[in-house]
Amino acid sequence: MAAMAETGSVLLDEAGRLFGDLFASAEARLAAERGEWPEAAWRRLEEQGFTLALVPEAKGGAGLRPAEVWPLLRLAGHYALPLPFAETVIAAALWARAGGEVPAGPLTLAPALPGETLRLDAAGRLSGRAHAVPWAGQAYIVASVTDARGKPVLALLPPQKEAGARRTLGGDPAPDLVLDGATPEALRPASASLSLPHGWLALGAHMRAEQLVGGMARALAYAIEHANTRVQFGRPIGKFQAVQHMIAEAAGELAAATAACDRAAPFFDEEEGVLDAAIAKARASEAAGKVAEVAHQVLGAMGFTREHPLHFTTRRLWSWRDEFGGEHHWHEMIGRRALAAGGEALWRLLADRPEGVMDEAGEAR
Amino acid sequence: MAELRFPPVRLPAEARAVREKVRAFLRDELEAGRFTPDVDSWGRFDPEFSRRAGRAGFIGMTWPKAYGGGEYSALSRFVVACEMLAAGAPCGAHWIADRQSGPQILRHGSELARRTLLPRIAAGECYFAIGMSEPNSGSDLASVRTRARREGDAWVIEGSKIWTSRAHQVHYLIALTRTGDPGPDRHQGLTQFIVDLKAPGVIIRPIHNLAGGHEFNEVFFDRVRVGDEWRIGEVGEGWRMVTGELAFERSGPDRFLSDYRLLTALIDHLGVEPGAEEVGAEEARAVGRLVAHLGALLSMSQAVAGLLAAGENPAVEAALVKDVGTRFEREIPEVARRFFSGPVRSGGADYFERALGRVMLHAPSYTLRGGTREILRGIIARGLGLR
Repeated sequence: MAAMAETGSVLLDEAGRLFGDLFASAEARLAAERGEWPEAAWRRLEEQGFTLALVPEAKGGAGLRPAEVWPLLRLAGHYALPLPFAETVIAAALWARAGGEVPAGPLTLAPALPGETLRLDAAGRLSGRAHAVPWAGQAYIVASVTDARGKPVLALLPPQKEAGARRTLGGDPAPDLVLDGATPEALRPASASLSLPHGWLALGAHMRAEQLVGGMARALAYAIEHANTRVQFGRPIGKFQAVQHMIAEAAGELAAATAACDRAAPFFDEEEGVLDAAIAKARASEAAGKVAEVAHQVLGAMGFTREHPLHFTTRRLWSWRDEFGGEHHWHEMIGRRALAAGGEALWRLLADRPEGVMDEAGEAR
Repeated sequence: MAELRFPPVRLPAEARAVREKVRAFLRDELEAGRFTPDVDSWGRFDPEFSRRAGRAGFIGMTWPKAYGGGEYSALSRFVVACEMLAAGAPCGAHWIADRQSGPQILRHGSELARRTLLPRIAAGECYFAIGMSEPNSGSDLASVRTRARREGDAWVIEGSKIWTSRAHQVHYLIALTRTGDPGPDRHQGLTQFIVDLKAPGVIIRPIHNLAGGHEFNEVFFDRVRVGDEWRIGEVGEGWRMVTGELAFERSGPDRFLSDYRLLTALIDHLGVEPGAEEVGAEEARAVGRLVAHLGALLSMSQAVAGLLAAGENPAVEAALVKDVGTRFEREIPEVARRFFSGPVRSGGADYFERALGRVMLHAPSYTLRGGTREILRGIIARGLGLR
């Protein structure tokens, strides 16, 4: 798999085997999309310690570095896991780093869209609305909320079982979260990076960018396999230049999205990482539409059926690209930053990071 | 699916130190008014600038000190190339010699050629042109018909090359010639020679480009004698040599930073006055998209530089950098023109307008030079395992 190439680590090999095994049958996936919580699959993920990958060892997690964990999310995207695995990895790490006790079971993040604010009043009651919160009915929610003094804090909420049944195109639950006087189970201070404008959303965006890269690699692999085996006019369709060039262009999109994610890989919940996370999501979201289009074009009518597994990937690409801010949202944020800095400053904005941060420690943080 | 590798690479301390050094050099140059930042940085021919860059140690950086090099890593060279282009410095005189002719001579040239030419290239005094395309051989390079025949200790070259950038201004050209039987794959029997462009029998005719500029030439060889010591590599090994260096030619920042100064000019054009009304969402998005693309390209290109530094030959990854990079270069003027009212005209004082006009006229060449987009996509497709 292209997106995984450089690692070859034992951890990723192990994760890849497990992820591939969890939803080997299409029926298991479709059941999850119908709303059956895949408890057995979830338990295996937890038992292997993957869900707490980023949680410090002292807090019972695996204590891995961000640069080791982002590829895990990429891999989860590759296998289109119908579970809040990525959300749990991120939310658990945030909550643990903020000093909270991580609850058992799946976790998620709210808000998940730009421009949405949840509030905490002086009496400790929550209000506000967050749309399309992934798995809000099944998972504990780590929410970024604005307190009475206008400062961001983290709040922990139990799963909102009444949240409704709306699902993304990918088939994963994403109900609206309506808070009307609820009391959080716990509150923790928000980090400096989460307090920045865009800081909260950038973390979820980075998470979805990694999943997009994994999913795009899967879609492209389906396209290449099909182009090599489907025979028309007496030869595999991959022999035709028109098909080759489409696939090459999609590979370029994937490569650029991968490189954009790799830029951001040293960072988790750090102020220096916000711009790189924005770039990663902007590039990956833009690439996803093109890669999905090419994959479907190459697979023809077969790729448009429920029978072929391509849709498990492409339906998620079409959703992930718009979750935690689509490319248009992030383009605007990046553009405003570049325009505020001015033409001459642009180069340093891009070139002086992230090496400077990584080098001092001698390794990626 | 075949593996594509863009392993993230950290810049070593040496490369970071080199970055500060080249920035200081460029700052001094700018402050002294010795160059004006402009688009098409590596297309602009300024021997004075090249000599100063050579003296400062920024040409032939990776070569052995015995040949005038600095024994820096490929990542340090990558950093210098990026900084030069980002500054819009006129690197055109030495660019080809530094990027590909010098490295070929170092790896496959005779000791005489190395001793004679490399120190002069590194000093920024000796410039090269590429002698691959011919009137009837473009993308199908294996069909070259320029012949070199052995006569005693020398070779006699007959034929012609075309689209030879700066042949009228540079000192040498490396010519790909047919010296033997093409074999079934036509890749046999090709040999490269260093040709002195002042040698008897070399005739150079200008070809003006659509913008009116004279960069291209057609170069004729009328029984041009070249000593065997100016041969590059073994007889018949020319194809392997030409394709072996492609990763260096295709993965560098010159494949996405040609227009960089148009992007900075666009930002300044949109941002004009500090404290002025906030820029509109459409403007911000257009710029932000280009910046996101550039960030990704920088990482891709740096990853390939890291592979090259590790001694690998990532030809497919390099083709991807060039395909994605030149697509980006060609988009910059298309985005920029949305924020310029009316047609671009000559004779104005506004830098943004001048840069936009120049880039619009030169953009078609970006996806042609160094391997057309179509050839690259074929290479990428094969690299992905399409059979």
